[in-house]
Amino acid sequence: MFILPGLAVVLVFIVAPLFMSMFNSLFSWNQLIRGSFVGFGNFKRLFSGYPYRDMFTNALKNNVTWFLMTMLIQNTLGLFFGYFLSRKVPGHAFFQRVIFLPVLFSIVAVGYLWGLYLRPNGLLNAFLALIGKKSWQQPWLGDARFATPAIILVNIWRWVGFPSLVFMSAVDNVSSECLESAYLDGAGEWTVFSKVVVPLIIPSITIITVLTIIGSLNVFEQIYTMAGLDGSPNFATDTIGTLFYRTAFGSVDAGSPEIGIGSAISVIIYLLTFVFSLLTVSGNKKKEVEA
Amino acid sequence: MNLDFTYKNSNTGKKVVITICLVLLSLYVLLILYPLFNMVISSFKTTREILTEPFGMPSSISFKSYKTLWVDKHFSRYFLNSLFVTVVSMAFVLLLGSMASFGVSRYKFKCNTLVYMLFLSGIMLPLKAAIIPLFLIIKKLNLVNNFLSVIFIFMAMGIPSTVFILSGFMKSIPVDLEHAARIDGCSDFRIYWQIFMPLCSSSIALVTIYNVVPIWNDFFFPLVFLTSDAKKTLPVGLSSFFGQNSTNWGLLFVGLTIAILPMVIVYLCMSNYFIKGMTAGAVKG
Repeated sequence: MFILPGLAVVLVFIVAPLFMSMFNSLFSWNQLIRGSFVGFGNFKRLFSGYPYRDMFTNALKNNVTWFLMTMLIQNTLGLFFGYFLSRKVPGHAFFQRVIFLPVLFSIVAVGYLWGLYLRPNGLLNAFLALIGKKSWQQPWLGDARFATPAIILVNIWRWVGFPSLVFMSAVDNVSSECLESAYLDGAGEWTVFSKVVVPLIIPSITIITVLTIIGSLNVFEQIYTMAGLDGSPNFATDTIGTLFYRTAFGSVDAGSPEIGIGSAISVIIYLLTFVFSLLTVSGNKKKEVEA
Repeated sequence: MNLDFTYKNSNTGKKVVITICLVLLSLYVLLILYPLFNMVISSFKTTREILTEPFGMPSSISFKSYKTLWVDKHFSRYFLNSLFVTVVSMAFVLLLGSMASFGVSRYKFKCNTLVYMLFLSGIMLPLKAAIIPLFLIIKKLNLVNNFLSVIFIFMAMGIPSTVFILSGFMKSIPVDLEHAARIDGCSDFRIYWQIFMPLCSSSIALVTIYNVVPIWNDFFFPLVFLTSDAKKTLPVGLSSFFGQNSTNWGLLFVGLTIAILPMVIVYLCMSNYFIKGMTAGAVKG
């Protein structure tokens, strides 16, 4: 009685679409009309046929870059920030609040704001001119080499407060006896951090890693606002999210929606999310230690 | 023993570490605050001023362009649309989510675990990947360009985490309380509404913030389902405004300020709630 209304919403809008995607991916589609059963034909087209194979591998490669850069820069930075804050550096309450602030902004607003700053005549290039590094100036979002890393860095700018605060409360929960005995045994600052604190907060590291996997596979707004739906320049910033959108709403091949191929992509997104999250969780379970 | 990173009672090694922390954190804070500050001052400048003197202060403060955006460019309407959609979907998320949590945590029935798993699956499954079936469903229900389309989807987005957080809390409420109420002749609904809900108020505050921020900021679903200008929410409105005025830097910064500043102000008033609420799903205890 109490459960039904909520359950109905979840079933209709979350669980049913999952199975509908799987079902739809096995059929050929003409616009919004379902055609004949083609088995794994859509997947075959996605992995072997022009133009989808090249686009898909290109997009997937960018998603992997997203994941790696986010883990390496954002979550490492977050781990350090969280640790500093938990150890109550002077001004920690202020730092904590400011670092978390951009997490609340809409990705769209952040994307457009930095899109303006990164324009060839924008703030970043003006800053480089100001400090006498005119030769470093770049059309950041217009150059295939810099566009993806630049967009990832903007996303990190917005998001780093989140892992910071999650790690902070994880370190807060590490008992002070653990730390004290480590210090009394003569461990230095770095040893305490890497040999005592990090192993004790593996569960939080797992959560953040899983969230990063999910986030990296679902990148869309960042590309949409800073590089456009086509992932300009010349698809250099394309991701599975934008490719999926173009396929589903039509602008890859003939300009019409490709429901079959689109559903196949969404099934792959589900699979990747599921498999990699599971791998992370089970992989880290082994490393967990009791405090 | 002093474990905190404070200068007092610390040896030189620790002082160096603390100083490095402070420098890093200060640089990062500058990296966050300066772009925001520059955004606000740029919103008072003309395009010419922004391009020739990007770091300079505006020559005069005038809110004329704010009025242009708010009235002529329909930002007031986008703002109200966002507010309407967020408040309505949030109200339903809380109502249906808390009812479901009450059911899941308080009644023993056959499929209890299965139902709970179904709710949890909603946290893991990326809803964006489901856009094709969602589009077909919404089209069949004739809800394209109707606020109900995104309200339903936001409800689906919010209910799973609400059930996850609230049912965890409700399980910790002693059963005796429920028994006492039942002996006094209290109906199930009154137990839920008059006993459980007030006890959960702090968790409900957390859940509200956890969900309200992503819903307010969501771009993808309004982009797909609310295409007429009169129905656009703030992020979608901002996006189409950027498409139409891409060279008028002054106005663009005004639009960004309108989109970002309200959040800053609300955050300043209740930052602790926000930090606790937003990390509620990932932090235990």
